[in-house]
Amino acid sequence: MPSLKDLKNRISSVKSTRKITKAMQMVAAAKLRRAQDAAEQSRPYTERFNEVLGSLAASVGDSPTAPKLLSGTGKDDVHLLVVMTSERGLCGGFNTNIVKLAKTRIAELKAAGKTVKILTVGKKGREQLKREYADLFVGHVDLSEVKKLGYADAQGVAKDILTRFDAGEFDVATLFYSVFQSVISQVPTAQQIIPASYDAPEGEEGATALYDYEPDEERILADLLPRGVATQIFSALLENAASEQGARMSAMDNATRNAGEMIDKLTIEYNRSRQAVITNELIEIISGAEAL
Amino acid sequence: MAETMQFDLVSPERSLMSAQVTAVSIPGTEGDMTAMPNHAPTITTLRPGILKVETEKGTESFVVTGGFAEIGEKLTILAEKAVPHADMDQATYEALVKEAEAAYKEVKDAYFENEPGIVDEAAKLLQDMVAVGTHIGLDPMSPNF
Repeated sequence: MPSLKDLKNRISSVKSTRKITKAMQMVAAAKLRRAQDAAEQSRPYTERFNEVLGSLAASVGDSPTAPKLLSGTGKDDVHLLVVMTSERGLCGGFNTNIVKLAKTRIAELKAAGKTVKILTVGKKGREQLKREYADLFVGHVDLSEVKKLGYADAQGVAKDILTRFDAGEFDVATLFYSVFQSVISQVPTAQQIIPASYDAPEGEEGATALYDYEPDEERILADLLPRGVATQIFSALLENAASEQGARMSAMDNATRNAGEMIDKLTIEYNRSRQAVITNELIEIISGAEAL
Repeated sequence: MAETMQFDLVSPERSLMSAQVTAVSIPGTEGDMTAMPNHAPTITTLRPGILKVETEKGTESFVVTGGFAEIGEKLTILAEKAVPHADMDQATYEALVKEAEAAYKEVKDAYFENEPGIVDEAAKLLQDMVAVGTHIGLDPMSPNF
């Protein structure tokens, strides 16, 4: 049975923990709003970009001279997995879920006899994957110094990936990140970025042929595809940032609630033992008086 | 009243302008062009330059570093980076030139000096960037080629 003083200390320590988690929850809520805004702002660009690229890809797609970024290298022996996670912890199962998805994919690919390479973005996923797959690592992108995600950050990641692709280091690249659905639901997703698959706009068959291209279609496509990679990475990064804050917010909400419950329980226990002590003392006094 | 069309200028980070416009001058890779309503559908890539947007209320200009334009019933410009002319100062501009210069140096070191194509393109990008400075009345700096 813990003493009264012990109980009192525990209550005050849980109280300060609750203060911290509460503060973290509010910070996450504020950051989430900003992250969602950023994702919202980038959406028009991404959508238009994919539309244009889609119609271009549809018109050039099957020609033998199509750029490799679109048609692939013709093999799928070496897979590059780009695993995007957060730089900080305390965000519930966010990182673990992404890593779990990546691990499943690694196991599948290995079973199929493919070579797997891993590039991580964000410290947390790196730590988790390094334990098992240290030998598969080809690189890591550190974004811990970045305060506000910019397109330049995505370009940096894209450049890294494209240089490796040009050097023939891999055939297929897949992005792993979390899609933000709501504060309580983030869906880990795998998205193939190289070779790129763009959906041609629906319904308007032949509409693509109406465009004049300056310079010609293939040069434009060759110019746009690397940018498409950067754009996809950028939207994945933003989506991931929003997911991270959402996950942190609900994790901290849970923690705050748990701390509250614990305080209630401890307070009851504290009051009970305080009463027990008083009763004990009374009994002692009364029995002492009776003995006289 | 002049005829207008819907114009959108978006960069990956935000949407900069969305309005009804009468004409837009676009710095295309193969030359400048001015798009007015009912222009033939065209897709062109951009070089670093000045984008001039004419609306009924007046003219606005932006400095763009690259990207592409899609001209159809509406005009959409997807710029890699776009800065309103008014916000452009020497410091911002110098950063952009430095970036282009660094890119040029990197390419030059990686490939043979006179290999056509990629080195020329980077050099042209740098020169375009420098030319932008002259156009908007900032010190164009003279990078060493």
